[in-house]
Amino acid sequence: MSFEYAPAPESRAVVDIASSYGLFIDGQFTEPADGGTFKTVNPATEEVLSEVSEAGADDIDRAVLAARRAYDEVWGPMSGRERAKYLFRIARLVQERSRELAVLETLDNGKPIRESRDVDIPLVAAHFFYHAGWADKLEHAGYGPDPRPVGVAAQVIPWNFPLLMLAWKIAPALACGNTVILKPAETTSLTALAFADICRQADLPPGVVNIVTGAGETGRLLVEHPGVDKVAFTGSTEVGKAIMRSLAGSTKRLTLELGGKAANILFDDAPIDQAVEGIVNGIYFNQGHVCCAGSRLLLQESIADEAIDSLKRRLGTLRLGDPLDKNTDIGAINSAEQLARIDSLVKSGEDEGADRWSAPCDLPERGYWFPPTVFTGVTQAHRIAREEIFGPVLSVLTFRTPDEAVEKANNTPYGLSAGIWTEKGSRILWMADRLRAGVVWANTFNRFDPASPFGGYKESGFGREGGIQGLGAYLDAEAAS
Amino acid sequence: MTATLPDASPASLRRFLHGLPGVDEVGAHGRVAMLGTRSIKNQAKAWAIDLAIRMVDLTTLEGMDTPGKVRALCAKALRPDPTDPTTPSVAAVCVYGDLVQVAREVVGDRVHVAAVATAFPSGRASLAVKLMDTREAVAAGADEIDMVIDRGAFLAGDFALVHDEIVAVKDACGPAHLKVILETGELRTLDNVRRASWLAMLAGADFIKTSTGKVVPAATPHVTLVMLEAVRDFEQATGRRVGVKAAGGIRTSKDAIKYLVLVNETVGDAWLDPDHFRFGASTLLNDLLQQRQRMATGHYSGPDYVTID
Repeated sequence: MSFEYAPAPESRAVVDIASSYGLFIDGQFTEPADGGTFKTVNPATEEVLSEVSEAGADDIDRAVLAARRAYDEVWGPMSGRERAKYLFRIARLVQERSRELAVLETLDNGKPIRESRDVDIPLVAAHFFYHAGWADKLEHAGYGPDPRPVGVAAQVIPWNFPLLMLAWKIAPALACGNTVILKPAETTSLTALAFADICRQADLPPGVVNIVTGAGETGRLLVEHPGVDKVAFTGSTEVGKAIMRSLAGSTKRLTLELGGKAANILFDDAPIDQAVEGIVNGIYFNQGHVCCAGSRLLLQESIADEAIDSLKRRLGTLRLGDPLDKNTDIGAINSAEQLARIDSLVKSGEDEGADRWSAPCDLPERGYWFPPTVFTGVTQAHRIAREEIFGPVLSVLTFRTPDEAVEKANNTPYGLSAGIWTEKGSRILWMADRLRAGVVWANTFNRFDPASPFGGYKESGFGREGGIQGLGAYLDAEAAS
Repeated sequence: MTATLPDASPASLRRFLHGLPGVDEVGAHGRVAMLGTRSIKNQAKAWAIDLAIRMVDLTTLEGMDTPGKVRALCAKALRPDPTDPTTPSVAAVCVYGDLVQVAREVVGDRVHVAAVATAFPSGRASLAVKLMDTREAVAAGADEIDMVIDRGAFLAGDFALVHDEIVAVKDACGPAHLKVILETGELRTLDNVRRASWLAMLAGADFIKTSTGKVVPAATPHVTLVMLEAVRDFEQATGRRVGVKAAGGIRTSKDAIKYLVLVNETVGDAWLDPDHFRFGASTLLNDLLQQRQRMATGHYSGPDYVTID
């Protein structure tokens, strides 16, 4: 007999999605100047959820002006202690509305409700709480005796953790006294718009947070706007490079958090059952839409066959389907475009001779889906070992010695994260010293905490988010006199 | 997983058990926490509750146990809910050795009779006494023996002593099934739990059991997880399927269902029957019955609508 879990869908009744949304500028929702809109869909069903405004040049002008005025007149001069009160209030509102935000995130993004409920939204609140605590203590953060805010920050975020990336951007900016214009990704605007409502609920002064929706062109207009002092971008390396080029010669400050192709390195003395969980969590968490995903598994040859068998057995138990079902492990791919990209990279893996294995699971008929997939027999030369797939696809490589593991792990243009699995503490430290990655996890993977800085080496970007180090992106130590 | 099994020599056992992969405590707790979020509703819940009832070893292990108490327990084991004849019987009753005969007289061959033996719960007696304890229980009608391992010897690293004792008790059991209690609350680390699980299985255990119920903590989900991984790996290595019994501290239907989820997602269907997974419990049964009544009638009945033993 087998234990079939009955459907356990989270109720949609907690969310109230409007048929259309304006731009949140200067504390109000306003229509875009040229009236452009686009649709946002539920990737699990292709159902249209709402129409969202597309901000153009005039709208960006207005938003920058509002942010500048709020910075000059209200938020910049305000004491840290006062700013903290707003941040604490926002954090509490996020907690109070957590269920609504989780359901909304799952609807718009396709991620399982278990993840939006247990990971995304609690971390959002944690980021605001953490940075609220810093707001009146910045002189003790190591940026000089009286660090000043940078000014108006333009922030562009991706679709993989929509509200969490918003929190990573907005919480430190506000704590340090900056005002922001944030552009969410075009496929996942809804929780950012719900956050705009939270700002109103918290009585945040108008113009401190502005949310402008739109696609790449809106983002370009925003980061290139001359009234912006600071640009923070999380997304693809390609766009990051374009932003860097466009900012060259300006005085704008820039932080980039870009792609990754992280190595998850498994030694033969690893705690194997937890390591398998860590591999699963590393690459199948959030359908692999994670910039720091452990997308390359480096296995010590002596345990490779065993580990792959264990991994496949475990993948057979993953539950793919309705993201709103509380028992779903793997949700929908965020967009048709992303699904096509995954398909094409997987095809390249097959064409280049790697062995593909996909977990046996039925894919829903509507929506965008991809089964958890493992490629074995991958070499450093394969595209699937070099390019970021940003999907539930793992490339397995092997190594013989710790030196070889380090060499292979570092042999990538990226350097965002890495994982080490071994029971030997000294080896963890030895490896961590040599891995060129911003985050190194030991015997775990994809763990986040607002107190821990996050960011990349090489083409994974520069600057850190979170922790005392993350404050530096939003503080001007030199302005202090 | 492990290709070559050890012989019974101290060096070989030691090498083998220390060569088992470690268990990362944080990771094991994380896995349990994630599985604890599974939402089991409606027909899945009804199915799980009936399965859990069928897996209960209904237990009384008190100094104050009497033949009267054991008879009442046995009646309950046979017909857990007198108001609803569709309620399944439990798997077994579990009593001290001197009450086995009383239990057997009541239950006949309709449920198993398990006896705790080998100087339960401490196990601090000579091997001769433990074997006599076992033989008497089997002679009195027990078809399952729940023995305790010598935790002192295990913690001192004398794996061969623990192994040989289990082998001897298994031999004394004759046809009776042997459940080996690891008393994981005294072994403390999950590495020890994995080693003790393998040691017991290598020595011939039919079941490995978490606890006596006399030590806190008794059964916990993360200990049970590690034991389930061990029986899974052992089956892969030897082809022999060993059962797992989680005993002590499981009091609510909600907890029981979490254990069943753990079984389902760690070892799968093959262990989802009373021959391969058991709950050692006394109060759990009434909560299962109340939940069962609620699912049937749509409302809670209250503690006076289930029998107290």
